[in-house]
Amino acid sequence: MQASPPAGTGVCFSAARRWRMAETVFWLAAAATFFGLPGYHLLLTEIAIIGLFALSLDLILGFAGIASLGHAAFFGLGAYVAGLLGKHGWGDPLLGLAAGAGSAALLGFLTSFLVLRGSDLTRLVVTLGVALLLGEAANQAAWLTGGADGLQGVEIAPLLGRFEFDLFGRTAYAYCLVVTFVLFMVARQIVNSPFGLSVRAVRDNALRARAIGVPVNSRLVAIYTVAAAYAGIAGALLAQTTQFVSLDVLALHRSADVLLAVVIGGVGYLYGGLIGAVFLKVLQDVFAGLTPQYWTFWIGLVLVVLVLVGRERAVAGARDVVRRVVGIRRRTS
Amino acid sequence: MTVSLETRGLTKRFGGIVATDNVSFRLEVGARHALIGPNGAGKTTFINLLTGVLPPTAGQVFLEGTDVTRMTPERRVLRGLARTFQINQLFASMTPAETIGAAVSERLRRGSTWWRSLGGQREIEAEVETIAARFGLADALGTNVTRLAYGKQRLLEIAVAFACRPRVLLLDEPAAGVPEAERRELLDTVAALPRDVSVLLIEHDMDLVFSFAERISVLVNGALFAEGSVEEVSNDPRVRAVYLGEDEHG
Amino acid sequence: MLTILFDGIAYGMLLFVLACGLSVTLGLMNFVNLAHGAFAMAGGYVTTILMNRYGVPFLATLPAAFLAPAVLGVALERTLYRQLYSRSHLDQVLFSIGLVFMAVAAVDYLMGSQPQLIVIPTWLQGRVDVTVAQVGIYRSFVIAVCAVLVVTLQLVLTRTRFGSQLRASVDDPRVARGLGINVSAIFATTFAVGSGLAGLGGALGAELVGLDPTFPIKFLLYFLIVVTVGGTSSLTGPFLASLILGVADIAGKYYVPAAGAFVIYSLMIVVLVFRPNGLFASAR
Repeated sequence: MQASPPAGTGVCFSAARRWRMAETVFWLAAAATFFGLPGYHLLLTEIAIIGLFALSLDLILGFAGIASLGHAAFFGLGAYVAGLLGKHGWGDPLLGLAAGAGSAALLGFLTSFLVLRGSDLTRLVVTLGVALLLGEAANQAAWLTGGADGLQGVEIAPLLGRFEFDLFGRTAYAYCLVVTFVLFMVARQIVNSPFGLSVRAVRDNALRARAIGVPVNSRLVAIYTVAAAYAGIAGALLAQTTQFVSLDVLALHRSADVLLAVVIGGVGYLYGGLIGAVFLKVLQDVFAGLTPQYWTFWIGLVLVVLVLVGRERAVAGARDVVRRVVGIRRRTS
Repeated sequence: MTVSLETRGLTKRFGGIVATDNVSFRLEVGARHALIGPNGAGKTTFINLLTGVLPPTAGQVFLEGTDVTRMTPERRVLRGLARTFQINQLFASMTPAETIGAAVSERLRRGSTWWRSLGGQREIEAEVETIAARFGLADALGTNVTRLAYGKQRLLEIAVAFACRPRVLLLDEPAAGVPEAERRELLDTVAALPRDVSVLLIEHDMDLVFSFAERISVLVNGALFAEGSVEEVSNDPRVRAVYLGEDEHG
Repeated sequence: MLTILFDGIAYGMLLFVLACGLSVTLGLMNFVNLAHGAFAMAGGYVTTILMNRYGVPFLATLPAAFLAPAVLGVALERTLYRQLYSRSHLDQVLFSIGLVFMAVAAVDYLMGSQPQLIVIPTWLQGRVDVTVAQVGIYRSFVIAVCAVLVVTLQLVLTRTRFGSQLRASVDDPRVARGLGINVSAIFATTFAVGSGLAGLGGALGAELVGLDPTFPIKFLLYFLIVVTVGGTSSLTGPFLASLILGVADIAGKYYVPAAGAFVIYSLMIVVLVFRPNGLFASAR
């Protein structure tokens, strides 16, 4: 062996690990919306939830390279589990989150074996199939879920036994924001860990990943399960803050919306999902204002244009503009 | 124990085609052994059988005396069998530091660690830098691999395998496609691999084979056709007829 | 029992005509076009508009139901789709799902969200008792039309110059181009015919499976099942898959109505777990 250079000078990996100023700015801005935009708490709550859901999808799409058309399966399951708990007297919010996460993780673990094999296409079909299957189940089991009428009578206890969920969504927004922040920090840690690196290795080149000793399948199962748990928590948050669950949580457009959020914000870039959620929600709001019933048309148009222009280019361009305006640089991966 | 890698009656059939035909082969500890053969002789299939990418139709593979025939490729790697690829198989989104770091962390059984950042782990960082220095990549650690010169990519290809700290290293045409200017560095690096690593070189390029190998095995139509020292094989009239005659390199 | 089998076969044949265009674009051209159902919907709406607003007889609307989506398909292929052939599957999915959303909202806006009803000619209505089963006349008609289409397709693909040119273009576009085959024209034609057939299927199916603006979404999974379960190496696979799907779906809804679409989805997942490249995939 040659004489080793000064050990651990830290040049090689630090770029990803270091917490950047811009990240502090981002989260401070998020916290500021709580105090500064009290009239928008309901909308902001929704953005935080979609952001968390998008973060979850990005863990598998951006970091593990698994395209899914049925990520709503986990979101919906989490929502129904938390909603049902609330309806039947187990209204503690954190308990609901845990149950939503647990059940979605279990479903994620079981269905992960379906996405290990086959091509992109098979994965798309299987994930879509799982989501539709769950949607059909929720529809059929009307005695449990309320079917097409939705799950009503969900009652959520005060957060930590102290903070009531008020009509203006103050508690709800603070709650969602904190949960999203905590889970974001965990995701950031996962992505920058040896585990995260090995998942990216699998995405880039599974053949080589195997050749350096990465157990490809178990890593994919693990990340898929984690992502499912995240989606379950996002769904549980929605059920708890709206105190209502409808079949809509399992619908195809849920999966497509979240895909759009990730794509708008940038794939494989943790803040992408959050930023994409802001854009998506604002777009939806604007479009819904223009043509109340037909806003999906414009969402579709955004997708089409985005792809035709080139996602990378569009996102990079937008990022450039943001960078110039705010004068910040950020990159987590 | 003097044998580090051994096959007994290794056979692979694809339908009616016999790609590997009853190969019994031994790689000595510390060997510098070359496996040669004309195109389509079954060299690639043989490597895939050794590394576990393909299951054999019959026969066994032993790594340091242990039967690894039923082991997954990744388990074999952890037991000390690493390989490089004829066509670069690198991680397109990564830097050499991350690429080597991934292999090192996996070898240290830390690949499923998610609660510690990669950056804070001195042990991994130190080893990445040592390996990078050995393979002439110290200056390029932070560059995306797709932006490296081709010769550097080939070096990284070997460095990644080396980071698995193999006791047996399979080099699949390491110099393939490397431009003349970058070739010297690559050959010197290969020649400087530590002697306690047994190396099996799969190669087309006779210059490299003769400068590096001490023993040569010749594979023809999936079967082991001849084996011996460099002298013996290069003077074997049958080998000259079958292989060297066909390949203008000889 | 046999009635169910018969209805299932009619349904399966219909599914095949609806989905075969997708199986060609997806299987042969490796393009994920989730918007395929939108072309089928277009065909359905052409027929209902012609019949209900202009009083055109049912049969006379069918050529239009084929042509309109075919023209639409070729226009989109020339302008938009062709730019995406070399893109990633994710891009293709995003793009085509965007088209689906646009189509659904646009049709909803123009035609309203209510299901469209058509009145098929009286001579196609009713059922006939054939000793062992009740045979719906309209279903027999659908089966006959679809059977003719299937046979024609198979003959075109295997026996004609166009078929061999298509197969060559798919196997290796560069070599095909070198042989003087106009690959992009071949792809455009194929896309047009696939879209047209989907439109025809939409028109024929309006009576059997209903028609409303959510049609492309409702049938998306059915199309994908046909293609993934059937495999994409030939038309025979998707054809058999369509028949199995049709019969299983009708039988499932008849015998275990409570299970709804469970039967189909579970069946599909099981198949894809054990045969990720499809039930009838050949070792291509």
